[in-house]
Amino acid sequence: MRALPVGEDALLVEVSSGERAQALHARLLRLRAEGSLAVREIVPAARTVLLDGLDDPVRWASELTTSDVLPSPPRARELIELPVRYDGPDLAEVAARWQVTEREVARIHAGTEFTVAFCGFAPGFGYLTGLPSHYDVPRRATPRTAVPAGAVALAGPYTGVYPRSSPGGWQLIGTTEAVLWDHTRVPAALLSPGTHVRFVPVEGA
Amino acid sequence: MTDRALVVVRAGALTTVQDLGRPGYAHLGVPRSGALDPHAAALVNRLAGNAPDAAVLETTVNGCALRPRSAVTVAVGGAPCPVAVGGRPAAWGAPVVVPAGELLEVGTAVAGVRAYVAVSGGIAVAPVLGSRATDLLSGLGPAPLADGTVLPLGAPAGSPARVDSAPQPRPPAELVLRVALGPRDNWFTARAVRDLTTRAYQVSSASNRIGLRTEGPALERARPGELPSEGMVLGAVQVPPDGRPVVFLADHPTTGGYPVIAVVRTADLSAAAQAVPGTPVRFVTVRRR
Repeated sequence: MRALPVGEDALLVEVSSGERAQALHARLLRLRAEGSLAVREIVPAARTVLLDGLDDPVRWASELTTSDVLPSPPRARELIELPVRYDGPDLAEVAARWQVTEREVARIHAGTEFTVAFCGFAPGFGYLTGLPSHYDVPRRATPRTAVPAGAVALAGPYTGVYPRSSPGGWQLIGTTEAVLWDHTRVPAALLSPGTHVRFVPVEGA
Repeated sequence: MTDRALVVVRAGALTTVQDLGRPGYAHLGVPRSGALDPHAAALVNRLAGNAPDAAVLETTVNGCALRPRSAVTVAVGGAPCPVAVGGRPAAWGAPVVVPAGELLEVGTAVAGVRAYVAVSGGIAVAPVLGSRATDLLSGLGPAPLADGTVLPLGAPAGSPARVDSAPQPRPPAELVLRVALGPRDNWFTARAVRDLTTRAYQVSSASNRIGLRTEGPALERARPGELPSEGMVLGAVQVPPDGRPVVFLADHPTTGGYPVIAVVRTADLSAAAQAVPGTPVRFVTVRRR
C-alpha cells in the first residue's frame, strides 16, 4: 500500500487489487463515522481510494501505510435487485467472446452477485465487479453516440447501468427499468460504493 | 405585493446559476461544480448583502441582460465589463439599485472571461443535493439560462455593502499556475516534467467549465498502457493521449483514467477562470506545504 500526495490536501492511497480498494474504502468510512478521520471526499476506484480535503494529509499518509492489517469489508448489507431484459444489441458479440449462447450469457450474468466497486462517469453510474476475469470484454472500437438510459453494459472487468442517455463505448447486453439516479429521491443514487447487486431476468415484451 | 423574480432578456453565450457547489458526493460520480471564480462570486455576494452561499449568475464573455420584477440591489464583478441600468451607465464592482421593471445590462468583458452577477436575496431555484449550481458535465442543477427564463429570487438577508468600489484582481495577462508534482508524474519522462514547468503553454479556446485546456509542447509518457480509473481532484493536471495538459476546473469528472502529472493550487484557479484563449500559461513547481 502506498499513499501518494495529491496537491495540497489530498492523498491517493494505492493498493494491489480491487478487493483491497473496497476493503480500504469500508475501513475509511468507518474511521470517518467514528469521527477520527476528517475528510471532504472519499472516492474509491479500481485500485485506489482518494481522500480529498484532508485536514492532515502528512499524518494520514504515514498512518494508513504503517497499519498493514486490512479488515475485510462488512458482510452483506444491502442487496439491490435490478430487473433486466437480456436484449442488448451487443449480446451476440459478448456470447461469441465468452464462447457460449446468448441465453447462457444471461444465465451467467444473472447468476453473479455484483458489488459496486466505485462510481463515476455520470451521477449514479456504478462500476460493478463480480464476474470472473475470463469474462472480461473490451470496449467497443467505436463508442455509440447515444446509449439509452437503463442499458446494462459490460466493459473490462465491469458491469454498469447507464443512469441516463449518454455517449458510451460499453457492450450493451440488456435493459432495466430501474431508476438509477433521481435527485429528488433520498438517496439520489440507487447504487453507491459497496452496494451488492443482483440482476433478475424478466421476460421482455 | 412584490414579485421577486428576474426575467432573462438576453441570456448571453453561456450564463449559469452558480454557488459554492456540491462537494461531498464525488463517490457517487457527482462533480463539485460551483463558481469557477469563487473569489469574484463571494465578493459580489458581499456587495449585494447576500450570504456567501447565495446563488449568483456566472456569465461567459458577453454578459447578459436581466429585468427584475421588483426593485433589487445587484453587484457585478469578476471580469471587468460595462454595466447599465435603464440604458444609463452604472457601477461595476459596487452595489447598484435596479428599480422594478428596469433593464440591467451586463456587457461584453473588456478583460477576462466570466462576470458574476449577485442579486439581493440570491437566485432561488430549487437546490439539488444542497446546491443550486449548474453542472455542465452531468446536467445537475438548472439548465444554462435561455432568453425568457424567469428566475425566482430569495428574500434579501442583509444590507448591501457601503463601498464605492471594491478592489478586484485584474484578469491575468500571463497565467502562472503553481503546481505540486504527482500523483502520476512517474508516468512521464523526466523531459516531460521539465517541459511542463519550463516551456510556454497557452490557454486553448476549447477550455470550458470542465477544464482549462492548453496548447503547447506535448508531454511524453514514460510508460504506455492505461491507468486504472482513479479519483480526480480540482486542479488536477491531467494529460490525455495528445500530451496537452488539461487543468480540471469545477465541473471536472470525479474519476478518470489519464495520468495526473501535477495538481494546481486551488488559490490559482480563480485566475484560470478569467484567462482568455491565447493567454500564456506557466506551470511553476512549488514545495508542498
